[in-house]
Amino acid sequence: MVHLPLGKALNFAMQRAMRDDDRVVVLGEDVGTLGGVFRVTDGLSVEFGPNRVFDTPLAESGIVGTAIGLALRGYRPVCEIQFDGFVYPAFDQIVSQLAKMRARSRGRVSLPVVIRIPAGGGIGAVEHHSESNEAYFAHTAGLRVVSCATAQDGYRLLRAAIASDDPVIFFEPKRRYWDKGEVDLDASPASLDRALVLRKGRDCTLIAHGPTVKLALAAAEAANEDGVLVGVVDLRSISPLDVETLRRCVAETGRAVVVHEASTFLGIGAEVAAAVTEGCFFALKAPVLRVGAYNLPYPPAKVEEEFLPDVDRVLVAIDRSLNFGRTPAHA
Amino acid sequence: MSTTTDRPSAAGPAPLRVQDPELQGPIRLVDADGRLTRRGRERPVDVDKACWLYRDMVLSRFLDREAVALQRQGELALWLQSEGQEAAQVGSVHALAAQDHIFPSYREHAVGLVRGLSPAELLSQWRGVAHAGWDPFERRYHFYSLVLGTQTLHAAGYALGCKLDGEDAVTVVYFGDGAASQGDVNEAFNWAATMSLPILFICQNNQWAISTPTTKQFSTPIHTRAAGFGLRTWWVDGNDALAVHAVTSEAVETIRAGRGPALIEAETYRVGGHSTSDDPNRYRTDEELESWRRRDPIARLRVVLEGLGVAPPWFEEVEEDGRALAVRTRQECQALHAPDLADLFSEVYADPHPVLQERAAYEAFAAMVEGGV
Ligand SMILES: Cc1ncc(C[n+]2csc(CCOP(=O)(O)OP(=O)(O)O)c2C)c(N)n1
Ligand SMILES: [Mg+2]
Repeated sequence: MVHLPLGKALNFAMQRAMRDDDRVVVLGEDVGTLGGVFRVTDGLSVEFGPNRVFDTPLAESGIVGTAIGLALRGYRPVCEIQFDGFVYPAFDQIVSQLAKMRARSRGRVSLPVVIRIPAGGGIGAVEHHSESNEAYFAHTAGLRVVSCATAQDGYRLLRAAIASDDPVIFFEPKRRYWDKGEVDLDASPASLDRALVLRKGRDCTLIAHGPTVKLALAAAEAANEDGVLVGVVDLRSISPLDVETLRRCVAETGRAVVVHEASTFLGIGAEVAAAVTEGCFFALKAPVLRVGAYNLPYPPAKVEEEFLPDVDRVLVAIDRSLNFGRTPAHA
Repeated sequence: MSTTTDRPSAAGPAPLRVQDPELQGPIRLVDADGRLTRRGRERPVDVDKACWLYRDMVLSRFLDREAVALQRQGELALWLQSEGQEAAQVGSVHALAAQDHIFPSYREHAVGLVRGLSPAELLSQWRGVAHAGWDPFERRYHFYSLVLGTQTLHAAGYALGCKLDGEDAVTVVYFGDGAASQGDVNEAFNWAATMSLPILFICQNNQWAISTPTTKQFSTPIHTRAAGFGLRTWWVDGNDALAVHAVTSEAVETIRAGRGPALIEAETYRVGGHSTSDDPNRYRTDEELESWRRRDPIARLRVVLEGLGVAPPWFEEVEEDGRALAVRTRQECQALHAPDLADLFSEVYADPHPVLQERAAYEAFAAMVEGGV
């Protein structure tokens, strides 16, 4: 066990994968000499050289498009998109090329490509550097979409993503890069499509992923002080959804609140709500509620804390769920 | 054409890349009437090779015309004609080695045919029974890309892989004059030049992108633009099969010699509509079409071959083979059946995925409907 920040754990995941398999290559903007703007690829170019770690031209479509060509040639490329808001120039290569090639070829061509995206807000950044755009990718068949929350889990999930023969969009909560945790570098890769039950509940279940997992745990802790026992599930896999685990946990409490940084409209919370409702309708004591960002373009950084969900908004939602259908006292 | 330098050598004719002083235009070895140009006379015609080029051009035209007929009769939903572009396609693919990997656009039926694809494979996409009708590795011929220009980046990545592997293979990618305006194509040029990749870009400039003429597409010729990116470039008469073949051989040789990426712009013309759904009369004149018909690549090479003593019965044999291919095309087309939707569920992901459970739901529903419940 080593004590590491998430960013370093992800770095180790790539390093170990590259040591184990010389077909694993890393490419992106400033990932070589600099080690990435968040230093997540730090040291890889020194250890593996310029034929395994590529500082590419500044062109996102090119990064993903050439990664597809490398994968066709038998490589396992790990791409870094510098920031969430800059993945859109590569959108076509991801949704029309990367996602579809296996189906188009009737299963003859697999593309083991990982696209790492530092995502989410909370770091006081300028515009286009704080987006939570996982839903765009989760809507596309042919992709797997993963979101990691902690150092240990980030390490295991990234190793699993690199080992997968499917394309994986891998979201990293950039505001948690510096959060430390115990990491077992010999731990087996995580299962790419299973949610993680972090806390058992009795009264309500919080469902979160990536940056909001920590938030959900804090809210559960606060609720506990009031005698409300709240469970927490970390989705980890956004596509596919681990519907089985979600239904089991929500059936135990009868109430669920989904918490994510993305705007609520057509966000992952909507899909979770539908899946849970369909799966355990009669166990539900209240509709599944969602706490996310307001449906606005990401605002200037000085107001991002009010824009993003926080512990109080989660506690209010838990209250709403617990009191659903009862006449409000002040009415 | 064994020389790999840009300077004229005593051993043979000057490399073609040096701009033809006679023409002030694209490299041409045979003029529109089938006469060898000055530069054409500088190098002996390999009759055997020329006969192969002729034969494959004729075969692909028969396939193309049969496919149009099949579309008119409702057997195909759509067909994108290659008529008129046979020299650009056959001439170039014949200059490649077996290990060279090709990324086509969507009109390179002649290239596919030369690489050994069957009519069934070429037609399946247009009959609506597949998105990509063949294995891309078997004949080193990737399937078609309909999103314009995307394949140029796949080719660049593939070429990078070849380079890392130290394989003596050139990656070849075809695209059109319209696609050249896409960001992906320009990213690929830049990528190839910056990383000095073993890749050959072949732009078939057929003068039109649906109804948009090249004058609305760019103000600098594609080969000039590509040179600006740092690619070695050739500009060739794309209706002159011998010139396309010679130029492609030269380009591939320089790439194999480790001298970096190259681009060939082949001036040609799409004689048919953009597709069987298109009405080209809305945007181009009969005179223009006629002027290009007079530059037909097949007729032109026939004159050369006749001049070299190839006798009429040989041409008749080739026509006969063409007719046989048309018959085969029709038979194979009609034998193409829709896939079973149930099978598609397992072809999206390599690793286990819950979408597999949807297959059972689909099959149960299909059985229920069939059972009349
Ligand atoms: C990204 C994209 N935009 C639009 C289209 C629709 N489209 C199909 S073919 C075509 C014209 C392409 O012209 P060109 O690249 O010159 O190739 P040609 O058809 O002449 O062979 C257009 C606009 C497309 N397939 N992809
Ligand atoms: Mg065109």
